[in-house]
Amino acid sequence: MDSTGIHAALRGRFDTAVGELAPGPFEASIEVDASVIEAVCTFLRDEEGLEFANLSNLSGADYPELERIQAVYSLFSYKQRHSITLRVNADRAAPVIPTVEAVWPAANWLEREIFDLLGVEFSGHCDLRRILLPEDWVGYPLRKDYEEQPDYHGISTVRESLLTMKRD
Amino acid sequence: MSLINSAPEMVLTSTVDQVLNWTRKSSLWYMLFGLACCAIEMMHTGGPRADLDRFGMAPRATPRVSDLMIIAGTLTLKMALRTRVLYEQMPDPKYVVSMGSCSNCGGLFQYAYSVCDGVDKVIPVDVYVPGCPPRPEALTEGLIMLQKKIMQEKWITRSSDTPRLGGPVGERA
Repeated sequence: MDSTGIHAALRGRFDTAVGELAPGPFEASIEVDASVIEAVCTFLRDEEGLEFANLSNLSGADYPELERIQAVYSLFSYKQRHSITLRVNADRAAPVIPTVEAVWPAANWLEREIFDLLGVEFSGHCDLRRILLPEDWVGYPLRKDYEEQPDYHGISTVRESLLTMKRD
Repeated sequence: MSLINSAPEMVLTSTVDQVLNWTRKSSLWYMLFGLACCAIEMMHTGGPRADLDRFGMAPRATPRVSDLMIIAGTLTLKMALRTRVLYEQMPDPKYVVSMGSCSNCGGLFQYAYSVCDGVDKVIPVDVYVPGCPPRPEALTEGLIMLQKKIMQEKWITRSSDTPRLGGPVGERA
């Protein structure tokens, strides 16, 4: 099924909670309301003819000018050989998105990664803690306004910039 | 007649320092501490072609029995704390070889928020091996340099103000 058909199937089931089909350079994407993301994912996984058994990636992006943090779900169906991208927006001040861990167990670590680097809280997640950075890390590094701490446990993180370095 | 002239021909004379240093440099057991791609080159160095065994060097899986720590790869800040703990677990005398650009100065990743730019910010380093990653020949040369450094150590005549190799002044006194 192509992306138009997948979008039509979602529209038929969830109506306006599913946004317009947005064409992209590689793949069309669909904006989905955060409140229905788990239901949408379950539908995409179980519905005859869709069968998205695989969450190939779950990443995030920060848009400070739009006051939002976006989670991007890349889905793929091995059986149907088709794919689709879902986008879920969250308020940048307090980003909360329901977890899809129950739909694809692979989401567990991917959601932890977004929590770690962008600070999105996935409500209902069974084990939401940092996965890459140390547990006592301050801030979320992939946010555009992230400011580095001057040191980490006494190890200075102040680095000489190549731009200001003087040449001999 | 002096002792040397009266001793049988098979007897060798030396200083205690030299004997100690020779034994130490000839059985450097290194801890397996691969952090990134440099670890692959370190494994090659331990393999049959570069063959670290000919220096009496053997890989060890624990810091408790290791003499040498080869920092092979990018040191993240998370790993830096663990590196310090592992270094402190090694018994004296202990040595550190910083292998590759990343552990020397942060290398390619030095401006990344999560990377410690240089392992010498955390633990003292004896030999720096440049390269990204260094070839086994380069690491072998670095290790031979370390052996030469060990041979110059003075263990018997040391005093509190003598700079120690492989550790900050006064740490081992």
